[in-house]
Amino acid sequence: MTPPTFLTYDFGGQSEFCLCFGERHAARRIIIIPPVFDEMNRTRQMLVEVMRTLAGRGICSLLPDLPGFNESLANISKQTVGTWRQALEEAAVQLNPTHIVSLRGGTLIDDVADRPILRLAPVKGASLLKTMLRSRLLADKEAGINSTIEGLMASAESGFLELSGYNLSDEMLQSIQDAAPSTSCQFQEIALADIDGTPLWLRAEPQDDARMSAAFADKLDVWSATCAK
Amino acid sequence: MSFTTQETIRAILTDVLGLSVDQVAAMDDDTELFGALPELDSMAVAGLLTEMEDRLGIMIDDDDVDGDMFATLGSLVAFAHTKVTG
Repeated sequence: MTPPTFLTYDFGGQSEFCLCFGERHAARRIIIIPPVFDEMNRTRQMLVEVMRTLAGRGICSLLPDLPGFNESLANISKQTVGTWRQALEEAAVQLNPTHIVSLRGGTLIDDVADRPILRLAPVKGASLLKTMLRSRLLADKEAGINSTIEGLMASAESGFLELSGYNLSDEMLQSIQDAAPSTSCQFQEIALADIDGTPLWLRAEPQDDARMSAAFADKLDVWSATCAK
Repeated sequence: MSFTTQETIRAILTDVLGLSVDQVAAMDDDTELFGALPELDSMAVAGLLTEMEDRLGIMIDDDDVDGDMFATLGSLVAFAHTKVTG
């Protein structure tokens, strides 16, 4: 089994963690931009299995933390979609990938370098935000609190709104609401059906899917070999 | 060919709750959902609603959402059907 290496990239005066599998100077180096918020946790094991498989084929892969997620010490309430994109721009300069792969919320911020991009199951920011607002609404309801989406959004104007365990500022909420995958870059898009996949990001608990990981790795191998940079 | 509302709801239950295709296929209109399926918590309900909107092309008002709607497979399909047919 290929062991990972632990890299970092510098952004905003902090060192952000980046998981790496494979030879660092391999000809193909794929940076994976993970989903955001809870969806990141629910897809991480599947992605790591993809990275392990790619390493076995001589392809390097990189999975950076976005500021405010996973090991990051950055304050999530000070982030916006814009700061995530800036962080990835820095990561791309410092880690020098040859290809970019993005999933779900990661597709909102994948146009950070002039490299071929492959997107899996892109999503609009507004749709991500709506699901998080709904789960907050339902959790409030179960707790006997009568809240509305308008009321929750308004509460962020005078502080933070807690969604899925993250304290989000008004600026962050607005930036998610307005975010959509860029169409002015060179990208390909694949659907879950193309890799025999299941939407692990929708699950209540993080799960694995070995078949999906294997098929996704196959897809990335073929794609990255055919669109060299 | 387009999928029926019933088929789409079954596919969403499989995808969102991670239930097996066999388990969902064995469900009928009276199969209890909310309170009977441990996978169906409030987070999952939020995911179900958004997927229903995306895949059925409907809008769901959050004020319409209550426990009765998710009581059984039949009640969920009936709710979705009223939205689809407008």
